[in-house]
Amino acid sequence: MMHLKETELCLGLPGGGGHNQEEPLKITGKRGFSETTHLKLNFVQPNESSSSSSDVSKDTTTTLYVKSPPAKAQVVGWPPVRNHRKNVIGGKRKTEEARLVKVSMDGAPYLRKVDLKMYKSYQQLSDALANMFCSFTTGNDGRQGMMTELMKESRLMDLLNSSEYVPSYEDKDGDWMLVGDVPWQMFVDSCKRLRIMKGSDAIGLAPRAMEKCRNS
Amino acid sequence: MTDDRSEMSEDDAGDGTAARSRNSAAGDYFIPYPDQVLENVLENVLVFLKSRRDRNAVSLVCKSWYRAEAYTRSDVFIGNCYAVAPRRVTQRFRRVRSVTIKGRPRFADFGLVPRDWGAHFSPWVSTMAIAYRSLEKIHLKRMSVTDDDLAVIAHSFPTFKELILVCCEGFGTSGLAVVVSDCRRLRVLELIEDDVSDDEVDWISCFPVDIPTNLESLTFDCVESPINFDSLEKLVARSPFLKKLRLNRYISIAQLYRLIIRAPQLTHLGTGSFSPPEQQQQQQQQQNDNNRDSDFVSAFAACRGIVCLSGFREISPEYLPAIVPVCANLTSLNLSYANIDAEQLKPVIHLRELRVFPIDATENAEVPVSDVGLLAISLGCRKLRSILYFCQQMTNAAVIAMSKNCPDLVVFRLCIIDRYRPDHVTGEPMDEGFGAIVKNCKKLTRLAVSGLLTDRAFSYIGQYGKLVRTLSVAFNGESDIGLKYILEGCTNLQKLEIRDSPFGDSALWSGLHHFYNMRFVWMSSCRVTRQGCTNVARQLPRLVVEVFRGDGVEGGERGDFVDTLYMYRSLDGPRADAPHYVNIL
Repeated sequence: MMHLKETELCLGLPGGGGHNQEEPLKITGKRGFSETTHLKLNFVQPNESSSSSSDVSKDTTTTLYVKSPPAKAQVVGWPPVRNHRKNVIGGKRKTEEARLVKVSMDGAPYLRKVDLKMYKSYQQLSDALANMFCSFTTGNDGRQGMMTELMKESRLMDLLNSSEYVPSYEDKDGDWMLVGDVPWQMFVDSCKRLRIMKGSDAIGLAPRAMEKCRNS
Repeated sequence: MTDDRSEMSEDDAGDGTAARSRNSAAGDYFIPYPDQVLENVLENVLVFLKSRRDRNAVSLVCKSWYRAEAYTRSDVFIGNCYAVAPRRVTQRFRRVRSVTIKGRPRFADFGLVPRDWGAHFSPWVSTMAIAYRSLEKIHLKRMSVTDDDLAVIAHSFPTFKELILVCCEGFGTSGLAVVVSDCRRLRVLELIEDDVSDDEVDWISCFPVDIPTNLESLTFDCVESPINFDSLEKLVARSPFLKKLRLNRYISIAQLYRLIIRAPQLTHLGTGSFSPPEQQQQQQQQQNDNNRDSDFVSAFAACRGIVCLSGFREISPEYLPAIVPVCANLTSLNLSYANIDAEQLKPVIHLRELRVFPIDATENAEVPVSDVGLLAISLGCRKLRSILYFCQQMTNAAVIAMSKNCPDLVVFRLCIIDRYRPDHVTGEPMDEGFGAIVKNCKKLTRLAVSGLLTDRAFSYIGQYGKLVRTLSVAFNGESDIGLKYILEGCTNLQKLEIRDSPFGDSALWSGLHHFYNMRFVWMSSCRVTRQGCTNVARQLPRLVVEVFRGDGVEGGERGDFVDTLYMYRSLDGPRADAPHYVNIL
């Protein structure tokens, strides 16, 4: 796309003057397609002396890539190398500072780890957790988003009184808090581990969350 | 021969029939009706028929043959998990020992498919848990597998022997722990390029202790979590049948040494990091070098049977000479994770398969001339059957030379990373190079093209690529005619994946006669419109036509065109588990 523009004015061969500069740029009869990058120039090769015939009999048009294009923007999935490989190419791998926290869920046999840096909001985290543990929840529609539901005061009380699950986390000070209390980034920085507990067990964590609902 | 079986490539560089399969015979069974003696005889014959293509042909002869074939098929291959419902499979094939299922489209590997698109293994495993109590092998590629699914496997199939997961995700080390502890007959556990979550479970210690295992193959190089080396060492020591061992990068070269001296019978080795652990590097380097080198050389020399070497995840090149003793026998060497240059790799190898990956996989990187490299490979490896080659630039001459020097090529995948790149010497499109490949490599079944191509390249492929089953096109093409050539000419085409190419509705329409013969068609960032896709969907009711955006945003379109079109035949209609952003027309 950009290449046609770039090369329109520059007919010179790399490293040397171009012949026939007065001659207009000639596109051959091939189907035009705006994204093609090659031009067909009508010119005579400068160093034809080596070949016996100086007049190019069979084909006077040559495709030439006259100027290397500007650096291309990165495209999704190109080059087609699996992400897995991309990370380790270049020798020793330096893992970025990931915010890995353990996630446990009451009643589930497996412990999980999540990288909080992979999410940008409570909603995303909630969806991911729901996917991870959905087989264990009792009829909970994972897509609902536990966190946003939590924000509604009335719903909160119902949730805490029921046997449904509530996400809580341990912060830097060792206190257990309800997820959703603080702005997302603050949560990411202070969360040490996550625990998805039964609503009834989480009642003690409620007051702060209730206050936040009232104030917001 | 390489491990195409493990990677579940259908373009076997070897012969097509699965002679390597270890099926038991159909076994004893009760014949209710004496009239069916003929069917009985047929069944006894069919037991020996392994090739699924032959079996498919047999099943079409008549109802009686259909029944006999269904009764004796023990290996079921499902190329697209959405082409057929699990129940339909279990009702037709009653005595299955091995199941292979493929899920997501291949471009999902490169981030072109949103994460939750589908391909769930759960409905399959729950159906099979009831229907196939004698199931022994499960091979999955690009499926979503949960820890629960793994638990179901471990608890439903008492004679389960072989689990191979390629490019799968959704499970973690906790699921692995259940499998290795409860599948008492486990022979093969291969985890290849999976995304395995680290649940901090020491799964390697969960193999039953103090008794010899049946393990023949253990691959876990993609598992990105530390391994309890002590348990691993003891495991290897009590696995007398172990032939294939592929370690992850947490295994240092010293640990590798300790493992291979216990397993000189290995034929396939993935070396782990192939470097010393960081602490050791500075201190002990000088002192122990000489001792260690000779130890390594002798350790490797003792593994006389190694034919396939891979790994080298964090290679320290000074240790490379240790592998020299095994190089003469190698038929496969995979250095794709190794950051070394040609100088460091001098031993000559008689290769059947070669994969060269870019060290710096960005588009604008400066690289030395790679057409020379391709030419050198073609001269050195005349028996080459399969090549995947990444480069920044290429010439027609080198590709033409390869087509002449390596006429046995079955798989030719050339990826010129710099998009739209013509021949860097002549400035011409790469048409003639790829044309030569399809013309001269008469066994070619899989082709991936790149660089600057005009319609002419596609006319060559349509004209000569009669055996081509898989074709990948990216940032190529000139007009609709190119795709028409393909769809009209490649009579054996089964899998077509195209991205960022100027093919539109009229080109798509020209494939109507063939789409039912194909496993799938993928077109992303091309010029097909929603209307064009709808027209196709209307004409072909058994075709599931999915339209979606690669970024998971609703709608499916980007401007005037569909972002991604993914269509495939299905016996059971559109799937019920499609996420909200997938439109099924």
